[in-house]
Amino acid sequence: MNTIYFDNNATTRVAPEVVEEMLPCFTEDYGNPSSMYRFAKKAADRLALARQRIADLLGASPEEIIVTSCGTESDSTAIYAALRSNPSKKHIITSRVEHSAIKNLCEYLARKGYRSTFVPVDKKGMPDLDYLYDHLTDDTAIVSMMWANNETGVLFPVEEIAKNLKEKGIVFHTDAVQAVGKIPIDLKESSIDMLSLSGHKLHAPKGVGALYVRKGTKFSPFLIGGHQEANRRGGTENVASIVGMGKAAELAAAHIADENSRVRQLRDRLEKGLLKQIPDSLINGDPENRLPNTSNLSFEYIEGESILLMMDELGICASSGSACTSGSLEPSHVLRAMGVPYTAAHGSVRFSLSIYNTQEEVDYAVEKLPPIIQRLREMSPFWKQ
Amino acid sequence: MWEYTDKVREHFLNPRNVGVVENADGVGEVGSLSCGDALKLTFKVDENERITDVKFQTFGCASAIASSSALTELLKGKTLEEAEKITNDDIVTYLGGLPKEKMHCSVMGQEALGKAIACYRGTPIEEKEGEIVCECFGVTDVEIRNALTAHPLNVVEDITNYIKAGGGCGKCHERIQELIDEVKGKDVPKEEKPQKLTTIQKIRMIEETLQREIQPSLKKDGGDIELVDVNGNQVQVRLRGACSTCKAAQITLKDFVEKKLREFVAAELIVEEV
Repeated sequence: MNTIYFDNNATTRVAPEVVEEMLPCFTEDYGNPSSMYRFAKKAADRLALARQRIADLLGASPEEIIVTSCGTESDSTAIYAALRSNPSKKHIITSRVEHSAIKNLCEYLARKGYRSTFVPVDKKGMPDLDYLYDHLTDDTAIVSMMWANNETGVLFPVEEIAKNLKEKGIVFHTDAVQAVGKIPIDLKESSIDMLSLSGHKLHAPKGVGALYVRKGTKFSPFLIGGHQEANRRGGTENVASIVGMGKAAELAAAHIADENSRVRQLRDRLEKGLLKQIPDSLINGDPENRLPNTSNLSFEYIEGESILLMMDELGICASSGSACTSGSLEPSHVLRAMGVPYTAAHGSVRFSLSIYNTQEEVDYAVEKLPPIIQRLREMSPFWKQ
Repeated sequence: MWEYTDKVREHFLNPRNVGVVENADGVGEVGSLSCGDALKLTFKVDENERITDVKFQTFGCASAIASSSALTELLKGKTLEEAEKITNDDIVTYLGGLPKEKMHCSVMGQEALGKAIACYRGTPIEEKEGEIVCECFGVTDVEIRNALTAHPLNVVEDITNYIKAGGGCGKCHERIQELIDEVKGKDVPKEEKPQKLTTIQKIRMIEETLQREIQPSLKKDGGDIELVDVNGNQVQVRLRGACSTCKAAQITLKDFVEKKLREFVAAELIVEEV
């Protein structure tokens, strides 16, 4: 059975070109980039090239890139940097639909003497910007709003928010883990102060990420140790993975047009095909304003985990915002913040595509999914047709 | 991914007895769409009260569907007297086990069976007894006490896994812990997670502690203390009387007031004078 991988917002396949560039870092140029001899310089050079490629993808300078171990570390680094470099300020603003890397951190900080404000979103998942601006105070140390939502793909107007906050002198961070590589980003042209990204969401390996910190932004390191990353993040560099992330960044820049044309068309074909054949199904999020690869659909009267496990029997991989898949008893906080009724939230399925998906895969899913939904509905006491 | 047994998987992929028995003698419905799972159980009995036909409809995850399917298989051919003795543990055993977070799926089966039998006998379905403890899932103290008596449940998480109580907003965790202490006796190990206090609770506890533990000692020396504000974990106080001019006031504040508040209210509190 072939695997049809429609869960690219969870993680992605490492690109073969990425693996190829990584391998020599393990067995040939394995020196510590900090060492003094020419042999180690080879590793340092590979690192420098990777940093340049990541910067290029973002429209940034290499000095503005701090490499981390993952998106979560980047997010924590950003928030703590803002709080520690403004110790008198105790207020954070974020949104109600953030990834747990930001959400749980802000909830944690709220128990540790800080104040966290969570900006609500509307039915389409767009933030209430008036609410955001109304809640800014002299005490606000940082505003952190995600660029693209991991569950729905909805895009926040982060460049506009950053611009408005710049005028008020407030630091702005965006968790762009889902956005980088999927939509064009040019930080030279924006007022964003800090931006998090993660390697494994763009066909690099897991365990490597980066934080962009605009030149001139006050910073304080999260991991304290050696002089690496210009004293901004201690710890010997994960050279192979960083090199992989660099290559992946270069590939992403080359594929961004493909993401926004071919991948978008595949996503739309999948979505239209399913919505047409399956009654009582709907799109969660803003169909016009979202990532080109993401489709979050709700199939009413049935439960997401059951759908996923039936799909798994056919080799199709996807995610759900239902309670049973989250390990808790509550469905996705993102869908609930959007006011998606429980009936739909429990039956939500997220499909997230990549450049490696094909039309055959999409057509297979469109053919196989409706009978699954029908079968589960026939078992459901709420299905009346 | 959940670790489901082959039997769970098999009953999920090929559930037995799906549907509704026509002209059913007993009907039991539990759960709701908003809760995330629901089960409708219907059966028919012969003149000896032996179950001749039984069917289910389930909205829920794989283990909910498998538990319902297992229940119907267990019920087939049993007399109502025998059926009444079936518990959720029998469903779990039949399936070769369930992940602990999914135990409530088997409990749902037992509940639906209870309701269906009550329906057949014409026993009035009693209004839920007791006080609602978990508002998110509508679970009462009576249900929690029953679960605690019937199963080896020791911490709040166990209760959540079995009957869902405490699985939503988490507001009721403290009350569930009280019920656990009450039923199991105090010596049961408590959950390590410190309790989260609401601001109001915190302020009340701070005031009580000031009155009970702190003010009497200060008053003995001709001083007093007043609570000005509580901001997160920062407790702002004003020292009065002799304390306000005392050189040792800062020491009193940190070594006595803060220590007491941390002991009786929350370990993260920071006391400052304003």
